[in-house]
Amino acid sequence: MAKTTGIVTGIVSNLVTVRVDGPVAENEICYITLGSDSLMAEVIKVNGKNAQIQVFESTRGLRGGDKVTFEGKMLEITLGPGLLSSVYDGLQNDLTTMEGVFLRRGEYTDPLNREKLWDFTPIAKPGDKVTAADWLGEVKEGWLPHKIMVPFSFNGEYTVKTVKEAGSYNVDTVIAVLTDAQGEDVPVTMTQKWPVKVAVKAYREKPRPQKIMETGVRVIDSFNPIAEGGTGFIPGPFGCGKTVLQHAIAKQGEADVIVMAACGERANEVVEIFTEFPELIDPHTGRHLMERTTIICNTSNMPVAAREASVYTAMTICEYYRAMGLRCLLLADSTSRWAQALREMSNRMEELPGADAFPVDLSAIISNFYARAGMVVLNNGQTGAVTFIGTVSPAGGNLKEPVTESTKKAARCFYALEQNRADQKRYPAVNPIDSYSKYLEYPEIKAFLDETVEKGWVDNIAKAKNIVRRGREAADQINILGDDGVPMSYHVTFWKSELIDFCFLQQDAFDPVDSLCPIERQKFMLDILLGICDRDFDFPDFEKCREYFKNMINTIRQMNYSEFHSDSFESYLAELNKMLEENGN
Amino acid sequence: MATKAYQKIYTQLEAITKATVSLKASGVANDELAVVHGRLAQVVRIKGEVVTLQVFSGTEGIPTDAEIIFLGAPPTLKVSEQLSGRFFDAYGHPIDGGPEVEGEERQIGGPSVNPYKRRQPSQLIPTGIAGIDLNNTLVSGQKIPFFADPDQPYNQVMADVALRADVDKIILGGMGLSNDDYLFFRHSFEAAGALDKIISFVNTTEEPPVERLLIPDMALTAAEYFAADKNEKVLVLLTDMTLYADALSIVSNRMDQIPSKDSMPGSLYSDLAKIYEKAVQLPSGGSITIIAVTTLNDGDITHAIPDNTGYITEGQLFLRADADSGKVIIDPFRSLSRLKQLVQGKQTREDHSQVMNAGVRLYADAQNAKTKLENGFDLSDYDHRCLAYAKEYATRLLSIDVNIKIEQMLDTAWELFGKYFSKSETGIKNALIEKYWKA
Repeated sequence: MAKTTGIVTGIVSNLVTVRVDGPVAENEICYITLGSDSLMAEVIKVNGKNAQIQVFESTRGLRGGDKVTFEGKMLEITLGPGLLSSVYDGLQNDLTTMEGVFLRRGEYTDPLNREKLWDFTPIAKPGDKVTAADWLGEVKEGWLPHKIMVPFSFNGEYTVKTVKEAGSYNVDTVIAVLTDAQGEDVPVTMTQKWPVKVAVKAYREKPRPQKIMETGVRVIDSFNPIAEGGTGFIPGPFGCGKTVLQHAIAKQGEADVIVMAACGERANEVVEIFTEFPELIDPHTGRHLMERTTIICNTSNMPVAAREASVYTAMTICEYYRAMGLRCLLLADSTSRWAQALREMSNRMEELPGADAFPVDLSAIISNFYARAGMVVLNNGQTGAVTFIGTVSPAGGNLKEPVTESTKKAARCFYALEQNRADQKRYPAVNPIDSYSKYLEYPEIKAFLDETVEKGWVDNIAKAKNIVRRGREAADQINILGDDGVPMSYHVTFWKSELIDFCFLQQDAFDPVDSLCPIERQKFMLDILLGICDRDFDFPDFEKCREYFKNMINTIRQMNYSEFHSDSFESYLAELNKMLEENGN
Repeated sequence: MATKAYQKIYTQLEAITKATVSLKASGVANDELAVVHGRLAQVVRIKGEVVTLQVFSGTEGIPTDAEIIFLGAPPTLKVSEQLSGRFFDAYGHPIDGGPEVEGEERQIGGPSVNPYKRRQPSQLIPTGIAGIDLNNTLVSGQKIPFFADPDQPYNQVMADVALRADVDKIILGGMGLSNDDYLFFRHSFEAAGALDKIISFVNTTEEPPVERLLIPDMALTAAEYFAADKNEKVLVLLTDMTLYADALSIVSNRMDQIPSKDSMPGSLYSDLAKIYEKAVQLPSGGSITIIAVTTLNDGDITHAIPDNTGYITEGQLFLRADADSGKVIIDPFRSLSRLKQLVQGKQTREDHSQVMNAGVRLYADAQNAKTKLENGFDLSDYDHRCLAYAKEYATRLLSIDVNIKIEQMLDTAWELFGKYFSKSETGIKNALIEKYWKA
């Protein structure tokens, strides 16, 4: 079938109008010929014979009358062994194999190494009945078992005709031949393609999340845990430590695969990942972090339209690994930049705007995207998960803006970064009162925590949160009435909340020990802190109260900086117990 | 401008607004330049046969039968060593009476650096100003603006910083500079005897606002030439980016675009990021560092311009008049250099970051004491000491008229700690206290 072609009739920045001579589809990919370059673009609106397309490159020099060829498919990425430890742009071009220091318009590179040999082991046998996403074989990608699957795009049931014997092959080798219901043979290689804007649904079911995903960050794991296969978002004004928190989660998150989408953010932050990650060791496996990480990088100065593509590309890669029964973590920084890219296009198309000039369907787009995360039961009964955490950069630090509000409806965990806490250097600056995790209300998660942490853990968390809340109220009273104007109990209440704040909520992301706090250690510390808060204290004056708690906080913080149950940890613990004997009962 | 054979000439305008003209034309390229009635203009929209041009110097007096000549290329700058020491207007034409520059003609607003090919910034840029070097250390390849109210002496501070920085080239992009400020820059560069390493692109308040839109791209095209082709360390000064953003909003308004927050165009973030992200440390050793000015309205950083800027840049330097010391200081609370930890204690003395943190924390305690005082509560002895410390700290370290070496800044801080506080009140690690404490 001949491809549809068209000619350029209008240009406003990266929105181009094309008069077409045949059928075109929404979201269809096309290429504009500009001299010796071809510029990739996507159809976003069709009106009669006119298609409006967003161009993923600069449109400088484009003229009315330039030729456009439509590809008859949507934006697709290539899935196969070698995705991990790669660095891609939003359209899955390999940035590491591009020549020259500057990005060249119209340069597209292959996302996978076609020559590299992979050690293949067959899983399926001739005669097996298979459907999309069933495992045919396996290669080792780093230390991860990378399953070679029946391509997601295959409909219905197939019979395995042949499977390649164990051996070393490149990704383009036909590793199996399947026979479809009509008796046609279809070859399968180690790679497949999938349109990024379509969710991969080749699994049996998507149950509610069952367990939490540890991040080693106390204010997340204990106070507002995120479920494996859950969703969360981190809104915060600039300078509140969003990036530091996200990097901490990326380094420590208990996941097999991490995909980081740097969407419209600073290039130097991505450089930091390139520079640091290859040096860092995954605390769970002892392997290099980069081996389990894929970076999708569309920084703020790269073409705006590809920003939107970058988050979908990242999600599709996660869904691919989920189908292998792996636990994936997707971090996107920041979804506001993606929303702004949508706003720029909507504006150029002269659509009627919603709030703050964002497109009216912003909320629907965001919630559709968040819905692609989740834990799934695969066809073979195994499970896999995609956990998604996005950051949001609210304009002016005001959380009452469309992107934050739309995301709040879609995400189940909310980690509100607070300017005030950041100013006081109380990091991570997650507001302990406003932040929430809906998963704490899930009976499945409660049962999981009862079993794996301790019985009644969720109640303990509620109790700790309440101490912090009451401390804030006491602090307000003290500020209004003065130190001498309130009863001593207000000071004690206030300092108990400071105790939890300084010793539990605050955590030094740059300290080798404190930065990663496993859940059993979190439980140990919280039990101690709640024990202290249960006590009654007696002080002659508020200065003494402040001094006593300040000393205690200092001692417990030293514990946080010491290896769990090491000699110095135990000696600080002894010091703490002595302090408690001297006052309180 | 001489007419060449391939140029297309039109003489019929369809529409005129204050900033744009539209006409029927064919074969016109996006971003292409044209001369409309003798004025430079650029293609911003093509819709069927109708081409819309943004006229940089405004459309006053342009008749519907004006002559329009398309030039066949986007704006360019001729780059070579001859740029050094020269002053140009927004189009890259000399305004210092000297000859036109000969060199390779390059399109401005060129492609971005492949993020994978960047290097992590790692070279300290000392400025002599303790509010910067001590608390918000600058690193080559960084991008950072001054946030300042219009009455703050930001241009003077920026000129000081530029002239003290150890760089190969300084490129000034002046947008909406008052004539007085333009002459100020010119005189301070001349007086410092540094003219040969300075290149200036200047649009003054006397010139049309839309012309300003060319200034950052001109300045950064020159910067990329020296950084990427010549492997030099280049410092780019952009003042005032708020006026640049205002010009963006004028154009988007004339093109009937729907404004977003604070009547700024919806693409403000991308427009600003395209400029600031030109700051880079290249693998070859060359670098571009950008120091900009974003003027605020009464310290309001939630306005769309400083807000978007803050999300793009690697920190900000906040200028504020300090009542206690009577000086303009770099506010230690609202200022931030995101890259400072890349050089502190690595290219500076080991005690740098601890001294910085202690100094700021004690200054914060002084602010609390001040609030207590204002609310009529009694002050403790510690509060009194904090207040006395804060005044001296602001005068001797935070003030922008300080010009000392980083070692001296650290020694001064230790001197103040010893004068007003006990060792434990500073909260500094014991090992450092033993080594540096001044009784």
